[in-house]
Amino acid sequence: MKYGTPVVLTGLGAFLTLLAAAFAQDTLFAQHMGLICAVLAIATVVLLRMENFKTAPKSADLQLEYMDTVIRYGVIATAFWGVVGFLVGVVAASQLAWPELNFGPYLNFGRIRPLHTSAVIFAFGGTALVTAAFYIVQRTCRARLWGGGLPWFVFWGYQLFIFMAATGYLLGITQGKEYAEPEWYVDLWLTIVWVAFLLVFLGTIVKRKEPHIYVANWFFLSFIVTVAMLHVVNGLSMPVSLLGTKSYSAFAGVQDALTQWWYGHNAVGFFLTAGFLGMMYYFVPKQANRPIYSYRLSIIHFWGLIFLYIWAGPHHLHYTALPDWAQTLGMVFSVMLWMPSWGGMINGLMTLQGAWDKVRTDPVLRMMIISLAFYGMSTFEGPMMSIKTVNSLSHYTDWTIGHVHSGALGWNGMITFGALYFLTPRLWGRAQLYSPRMVNWHFWLATLGIVVYAAVMWVSGITQGLMWREYDAQGYLVYSFAESIEAMHPYYVMRVVGGLLYLAGAIVMAYNLTMTILGKVRDEEPFASESTFNPASDKPLAPAE
Amino acid sequence: MAEKNEIDAVSGIETTGHEWDGIKELNNPLPRWWLWTFYATIVFSIGYTIAYPAWPGITGSTSGLLGWSSRANVAAEIAAVDASREDLANQLVNTELSEIAADPNLLQFAVAGGNSAYKVYCSQCHGSGAAGGDIYPNLVDDDWIWGGTVEDIHLTLLHGIRHPGDDDTRFNEMPAYGADEILDRDQITDVAWYVRQISNQEHDAEAAARGEVVYVENCAACHGDVGEGIRELGGPRLNDAIWLYGGTQEEIVAQISAPKQGVMPAWANRLPEVTIRQLALYVHSLGGGE
Repeated sequence: MKYGTPVVLTGLGAFLTLLAAAFAQDTLFAQHMGLICAVLAIATVVLLRMENFKTAPKSADLQLEYMDTVIRYGVIATAFWGVVGFLVGVVAASQLAWPELNFGPYLNFGRIRPLHTSAVIFAFGGTALVTAAFYIVQRTCRARLWGGGLPWFVFWGYQLFIFMAATGYLLGITQGKEYAEPEWYVDLWLTIVWVAFLLVFLGTIVKRKEPHIYVANWFFLSFIVTVAMLHVVNGLSMPVSLLGTKSYSAFAGVQDALTQWWYGHNAVGFFLTAGFLGMMYYFVPKQANRPIYSYRLSIIHFWGLIFLYIWAGPHHLHYTALPDWAQTLGMVFSVMLWMPSWGGMINGLMTLQGAWDKVRTDPVLRMMIISLAFYGMSTFEGPMMSIKTVNSLSHYTDWTIGHVHSGALGWNGMITFGALYFLTPRLWGRAQLYSPRMVNWHFWLATLGIVVYAAVMWVSGITQGLMWREYDAQGYLVYSFAESIEAMHPYYVMRVVGGLLYLAGAIVMAYNLTMTILGKVRDEEPFASESTFNPASDKPLAPAE
Repeated sequence: MAEKNEIDAVSGIETTGHEWDGIKELNNPLPRWWLWTFYATIVFSIGYTIAYPAWPGITGSTSGLLGWSSRANVAAEIAAVDASREDLANQLVNTELSEIAADPNLLQFAVAGGNSAYKVYCSQCHGSGAAGGDIYPNLVDDDWIWGGTVEDIHLTLLHGIRHPGDDDTRFNEMPAYGADEILDRDQITDVAWYVRQISNQEHDAEAAARGEVVYVENCAACHGDVGEGIRELGGPRLNDAIWLYGGTQEEIVAQISAPKQGVMPAWANRLPEVTIRQLALYVHSLGGGE
């Protein structure tokens, strides 16, 4: 039986969630478990229908092929979640500009907002990271993924986590921790999936055919290990009932806040920075066909980054109940983080030494390069905003939102788009993308969208900050909070425009990738770039005789 | 060993000799500007942690050479502002409410502070321009339910309206003439037409004439003989164009049948007397003060 284990697992899962729904202690738990049960039951039926009861001949040569089918699924899922996440972002931005668009209770801003952040960070970014890690670790180790069917469990298990988190938000299930909203049972499921991810990754590294471990894999490993630690510690909580949604955090008060921002900041540091640097360290030199600029820089900035990042969380709690000493340390570690962060940008950009002309002729490389430019900009802006004097103006304002988006849209989004454009023709054996010119369109739509978004948020954020601290001669506040919100309206409308541009670019990409997968080539004037991909050498090395 | 490694043809730099899936690495040194900037941030950080509270111990932390403390700073700033306002604040609390307006300096202080406090505590219901809205009274007109002198406004601020937590709150309750079946449907319709008549709106004259009888028997005790309102009882004026819960026939019928009873919180235990006085003077200054 080809699908024996998965059928048993999904079937058992469907049965257990059905029981959980039946004996649930609260309505929300019953609804949520019912939804999960439905998905697992459908998965069981689909797997059974695909089942072939003949014993498949065991392929002895399996180890001589990369495990790429799961990566193809990952590419499609990443593009899908990207479009969904950006769309929900446009909805959330529109709700802020026009509050009439809040349709409660399921589509209120309060539920749409975590849906957006989780959809882009964990669904789009997370699937991109799992996909890229699986692809890169195989290529740079010259070995097939370890663990038999385990990579499939990681992929589908992670998709199930996304489904559980997203439906939970819309139902109103949350533990109220930013970027860690899912309740205890979803957290537990993610932990299982994540440990499987770690095992697949480590197992592949252990059986590698290359003598050394490539730098991209250092970053991926630090990302997987640290995210596991962050997720488990911040998620420590006591459920009220094993058949109910509600749980209480192990931490309280300012300790809870500090744990949360230790987690939240390092979600940025290890998920959105270290993990994506792993992608950068493979796709940029491959696309540019140039060596990495400096091995020494990659070592120093890697250790600098992972050592310093983990301490920087308290800068999210400047001027709060957090003791001054912790705020100071959060700030200085953030300032010291500036150069280690920039090390990745330098190593990426300088890899183009001797190949800068390709930026003109290769739109995919151009996408990767602008992602590094945005990475450099936001990793300068971050340490700057962590300085307490700057933070006293920027904190709680839209400046932070703009900062996050120049990083997320510019760095994470663009490098992922570049990776998807790199991967799709290779994974489906196409000679080229459907349309490099549409990549160029995507590039400009996305870049313009980010520039509009970030510039508008700078203006609105600084306006807010200045309005909130405006005192008259006798020390009385000049503006009410509502007046500062009223002043934001034109900026919020412009932000929707920026988001729409970015979303439009992603839709162009989805179309381009779909047509590439279908094997079509658009009739257009070509860019002057030559492909260096050699399908014959794209496989694991044979074991030594 | 280093000499054996391949030299990159484009840059002329030596590689490290490793290769992964076609990716090689150059053996470039750390960029000097990068390294020196990194050192500079480290030096800055060490200096900063010496100057400011930074390193934790068992029971506390180093306090820094500058002796800086965010809590002490805030306390000092608040104390400085309080000290700069102290004279005027004392004067405001100790002057008769009706006499404050006579001192331009004191009035300016009261209105400025009231304006600021209004935005924080009052604008949510009464609107940032104080024009009210929905079910909340307009404060810029000259129609006052409980009185529009500084003393009246001050009293309303102190104890609120129908505020359950304050024994001195100003309280009245319009009976639910429909819900409690005190009047029948026709009587309510008629009296609503009468209210339309005395407020100079289009009305059914015949029904209004019948409604007048109902009005005199049921409503005049609180709203006055001709709908002029009775402030001592908090009975709103009906014979003008200003409506709290709406002036259409349907809205008047709804209010008679099952009245909305607005609540204003009492601020006596939440704000200091000086702020309450400032608010009273500010609201009084908005245009309708008596």
